[in-house]
Amino acid sequence: MTERPIAVSVRGVAKSFGGARILDDIAVDIEAGTVHALVGENGAGKSSLGKIIGGYYTPDEGEVRILGNHVARFSPREALGLGVAMIHQELQLAPELNVVQNVFLGRESAKAGILTGGDLDRYQALEQVCDFGIDPLVKVARLRIAERQKVEIMRAIARDAQIIIMDEPTSSLTEDEADRLHEVIRRLTSQGKTVIYVSHFLDHILANCDNVTVMRDGRVVRTVPIAGQTKKSLVDSMLGREADILWPDLPPAPAETVSPVAELRDVATETGLKKVSLKVRPGEIVGLIGLVGSGRSEVARAMFGADPITAGDYFIEGEHQARLNVRDAVRRGIGFVPEDRRKQGLVLTQTTRPNVSLGTLGAISRGGIIKRQLERSRVKRMIDHFGIVPGRIDGNVARYSGGNQQKVLLSKWAVADPKLLILDEPSRGVDIGARQRIHEFIVEMAKKGVGVLLISSEIEEVINLSHRSYLMSDGRIFAEAPSASLTVETALHRVFLEQNRRSTQPEGVVQ
Amino acid sequence: MTDVAQKQASRFGREFSALDFARDYGVLVIIAVLIIGLSFLSDSFLTPRNLLNILNQSTPLFIIACALTLVIIGGGFDLSTGAIFGVASVTAAWFAINVDPVAAILVGPLVGLVLGSVNGVIITAFNVHSFLVTLATALVYRGMAILVTDGKLIPVRIEEFAWLGRQKIGLVNVAVIVMLGFMLLMMFVLNRTTLGRAIFAVGGNEEAALLSGIRTNLVKIITFALSGAAAGLAGVITVSRLSMAEPQAGTGMEFDAIAAVILGGTSIMGGAGAIWRSMAGVLLMALIGNGFNILNVNPFYKSLTTGVIIVLAVALAAAGKRR
Repeated sequence: MTERPIAVSVRGVAKSFGGARILDDIAVDIEAGTVHALVGENGAGKSSLGKIIGGYYTPDEGEVRILGNHVARFSPREALGLGVAMIHQELQLAPELNVVQNVFLGRESAKAGILTGGDLDRYQALEQVCDFGIDPLVKVARLRIAERQKVEIMRAIARDAQIIIMDEPTSSLTEDEADRLHEVIRRLTSQGKTVIYVSHFLDHILANCDNVTVMRDGRVVRTVPIAGQTKKSLVDSMLGREADILWPDLPPAPAETVSPVAELRDVATETGLKKVSLKVRPGEIVGLIGLVGSGRSEVARAMFGADPITAGDYFIEGEHQARLNVRDAVRRGIGFVPEDRRKQGLVLTQTTRPNVSLGTLGAISRGGIIKRQLERSRVKRMIDHFGIVPGRIDGNVARYSGGNQQKVLLSKWAVADPKLLILDEPSRGVDIGARQRIHEFIVEMAKKGVGVLLISSEIEEVINLSHRSYLMSDGRIFAEAPSASLTVETALHRVFLEQNRRSTQPEGVVQ
Repeated sequence: MTDVAQKQASRFGREFSALDFARDYGVLVIIAVLIIGLSFLSDSFLTPRNLLNILNQSTPLFIIACALTLVIIGGGFDLSTGAIFGVASVTAAWFAINVDPVAAILVGPLVGLVLGSVNGVIITAFNVHSFLVTLATALVYRGMAILVTDGKLIPVRIEEFAWLGRQKIGLVNVAVIVMLGFMLLMMFVLNRTTLGRAIFAVGGNEEAALLSGIRTNLVKIITFALSGAAAGLAGVITVSRLSMAEPQAGTGMEFDAIAAVILGGTSIMGGAGAIWRSMAGVLLMALIGNGFNILNVNPFYKSLTTGVIIVLAVALAAAGKRR
């Protein structure tokens, strides 16, 4: 291995929050011009380490050197001055400003505080490096998450960052978008920049990183070159035990003659669905495969009554639904776990108990008065069933790990005994343990005769967990296939083929 | 359970720090300090008479702050309570004189309920922030009160009407009992009913509530209706006590109520809070006022002191959140 200069050196760093030690005796060297992965289960401390390097947290003990400069205590602003930029999982952009304004926020071309223009030219220069193809004048609020992330990256580069920390950069990207992001990362490192890559996606790490630091329980397990590592070896050191990535066995698919629990016929919506037809039978897991923006979430929302159906027919258990709203959908036995659990799913100001009960208040009350014993025992049952940690009935959900938050959200619909369960990205941003539990849950529901509609950007997940898949592009379903007949490659290939065939729409802007 | 899970359990389990305690129960600490301090400074403070008097005088504010808590937890804001107080006052007085004095007592809260519902309907129908809507309707309602009375005072000297504000059962005023009953009712609604749950959910995350099948608009309308009814009830009690209705009555009361709710520690971001907090907030403000009276301190400092304490309380709450 050639000797490279060290971009970031962390020595003996420790950090505690509220008495709990989240980082302990961390020592890592990150070589300049490499992609360095930080992996570990949720709560292992990988994001916290990233935040210490990015200046968001100040270590209680130990030393951080950035490009040779010792820093004891510094803020994100000072970190930026030293050439460190952090791109968060939850992106930090001003939604009402346009792309250029966001990229140069705080660094506008100006004289004596008066804007002089010229940012657009600077943007074009930046675009030469990045080649993202985003309309510079569109408002960030109108961009998809993948595009917003690119704006963040451009912002970091515009600030001449030498070290870019990316926290879960691919968690909301499709495979294709992730590939393009990785291309950008390679371009950055070839220009001598260093990327610290915090992620759950081991495939991405194996394919794109140079070195990896595995963390467990706030400590570094080891730092090694990625060459020679496998998914299994990484998982083993993350968990500290032998573990296999196993897909649970699916129950047999229901016969084609079984009448569907939900059926769409030529449905269109204002959100961009066109002539969508699909069926979900009781006990069947049906997957939706497509790129972000292909209309997967829109199908989910339409079936849950969250977006009105403007044309076509929707049947629940054979009954035609006109003007279905969410309340009716819930009453008809539909549960929906939306893709953004913090924004759309959980009430983070509340504890576990009310969050679990929120969709089924009618079932645990009489005359509007809640039966407290019934509620408590029901929540307790869910906590045990999913293995939610901490297992307190009134736990502070806002501070739970992603996996446990997701389990709380799944509990909300599990207690409803649904007939149809719609899951949009059920395992996004959760650790491996929670992910397996969630997969088991999906299969459990199907075994009980629940129809499941599964949406995931991880095609591998959809293929392995569903009986049948629909392929989507541009608001349409263009193909249907038994999931067992698909592989990630063939499915992606078909999606791209379809998209290219139709490629008339400019990318990046949500209509 | 894996050791990772166990470690997380201890990490997110019961944490205790002085800052957390101060943030959660700071208002009670300040109240305790004030009570102890005032008892030492004045013999006339810690007497049943004085304490009951404090309660009685603050009854209207207690009632308004109570229901306002529901609005604020639900993610709303109500600037019209003072004006509704005024409308309800003059309407009840007119009703007592011209129709029936006993029924007039019910008319006040009813008028408030209607005006509050109007607030709620406008807010949800046009999807405008409640701050703007109630700012405007406050002007409209106040204007109504002035118009119907020609800006004049309405004296109401009627026995059957005055009992609400003046009668005592033992040592305790009827109004205080009504206030306590209303408080218990609001606590019950908030903590034991599906409506209470929905209020917390709507304020905490409206989209999540919507996607759980909660009728979010209806929930909001109900909170504003309750807030209006409370303002109406407070108005009737005041008229009954003073034997006088005044179209300008209750001016500025909306801010006292909001201050009390915030002082108690209910988040103005919505989704979190408690009735007892707002009660403590009102009590704290009342104690400050009472302290000024019995210690004979220049009352010009009262507003300043209250303001400083609110700033401190809010800063403390913010310090607890930032970590």
